[in-house]
Amino acid sequence: MKHEIIIAGFGGQGVLSMGKILAYSGLMENKEVTWFPSYGPEQRGGTANVTVILSDDKISSPVLNSYDIAIILNQPSLDKFESRIKPGGTLIYDGYGISSPPLRQDIGIFETDAMNTAVGEGNSKAFNMIVLGGMLKLCPMVTLESVMKGLKKSLPERNHKFLPMNEKAILRGMEIIRAVG
Amino acid sequence: MKEEIKLMKGNEAVAHAAIRYGADGYFGYPITPQSEIMETLMEEKPWETSGMVVIQAESEVAAINMVYGGAACGKRVMTSSSSPGISLKQEGISYMAGAELPALIVNVMRGGPGLGTIQPSQADYFQTVKGGGHGDYRLITLAPNSVQEMADHVALGFDLAFKYNNPAMILSDGVIGQMMEKVILPEQKPRKTEAEIRREQPWATLGKTKDRRPNIITSLELDPAAMERNNIRFQEKYKKIEENEALYEALSCEDAEYLIVAFGSMARISQKVTEMAREEGMKVGLFRPITLWPFPKKQLKEYGKKVKGILTVELNAGQMVEDVRLAVECAVPVHYFGRLGGIVPTPDEVFGELKKLCK
Repeated sequence: MKHEIIIAGFGGQGVLSMGKILAYSGLMENKEVTWFPSYGPEQRGGTANVTVILSDDKISSPVLNSYDIAIILNQPSLDKFESRIKPGGTLIYDGYGISSPPLRQDIGIFETDAMNTAVGEGNSKAFNMIVLGGMLKLCPMVTLESVMKGLKKSLPERNHKFLPMNEKAILRGMEIIRAVG
Repeated sequence: MKEEIKLMKGNEAVAHAAIRYGADGYFGYPITPQSEIMETLMEEKPWETSGMVVIQAESEVAAINMVYGGAACGKRVMTSSSSPGISLKQEGISYMAGAELPALIVNVMRGGPGLGTIQPSQADYFQTVKGGGHGDYRLITLAPNSVQEMADHVALGFDLAFKYNNPAMILSDGVIGQMMEKVILPEQKPRKTEAEIRREQPWATLGKTKDRRPNIITSLELDPAAMERNNIRFQEKYKKIEENEALYEALSCEDAEYLIVAFGSMARISQKVTEMAREEGMKVGLFRPITLWPFPKKQLKEYGKKVKGILTVELNAGQMVEDVRLAVECAVPVHYFGRLGGIVPTPDEVFGELKKLCK
């Protein structure tokens, strides 16, 4: 099995770290993984994206034409990546900040209300984990246990106290993801 | 430290591999997209464990000359930078080649010329394999295409540098430096002791002992006859390296009618292109030089005889393509495709070019 994923949004939303946690989770299951960020003179508020590939076999190109799954967190990213999702693929977006929703008919489209949920529950830092939870509900490519192990690996020890909060956010994300249309 | 499986960036892998190899020193100056090499070394504080020295120099020129000094003492020393910084190091590299000093230099290439861009590029191919600095010298050049090879080539580069008393370079780019993959880090090796260095590098300037004349490390030789003899010795060494050390990987080449030749990040993208081509029934193989100098010309020549055409894919305006043409000796048409100035093509783009060629 191979999953080719793009995660895209504003810098500061946790796009790169969400990808990193996903990649770590894959590593925990002994999968081949590649995490390739758009790097550049990026800043909070600029656009950021990362390509994550999880595969049972060796991965060739870290640069892809199209994706199985796109996780879209702002309008510029939707404009850029909607057309690059494989037919039959999955688009997950956070409705917050999306002014013109996706139009493709040949892909599965899902919305998560992660931003409002995170802010509403006074936990805006867990935003990206709520989004990740939604994706794992739809495409359980790694187990929750592996994600938690991956999180533990990718977080410095001083932040391990936040692990339960992150787990809660992932579970919350699994609840609120919903199909559009 | 035991062997370990980790997820990390190519740049981070270089740092960890250097510590575990038992390197004695790293001297550098930060520049994107390779700054994680020194950042990781500083974070790991190897001076507290293996005793490896890590210094942020005041400039690239200072860093390469610190490498010269360390190498002259027979130490395993290295530096790293990205394209503009590597240009600044060329004088030191030429001096080390002239003084026959082993050292490892890492170039995580970005788009040029000039300060250019921080995005990936392979436009320093000519600079690395054809010269860069002045004089008739050669730089052993390794081109990793994965995070694993970023780590592996640290050991390989040091080993080759010390085998031939010649600087070696890892020629990588922003894609390989910045991406994270699974990597198996080797077990920690101890650093060489002074006694070992005195035995294995008898030329090292570690302090004169009574039983020998002073060791002098220099690239200067004002007597032209002696300087010619030095040059002849260098050329003989280079010939030996060309005969013995060329490395390559051939994927799906055995029955191929067309070949893609690519190195580093472009070899990864081209590998996907060969997969796409095979799915459409096209017999396409990938020939990946792992050493860019020595270029695996004999091996490429053999594969070249069996195919109808070759496409070289590079992140530059067509540099390696010249060596590919020389290797196949015009036996087969050699085409080039590339993107410039920091743009990385998608597999689709490369596949489009390949299809034009195969028509």
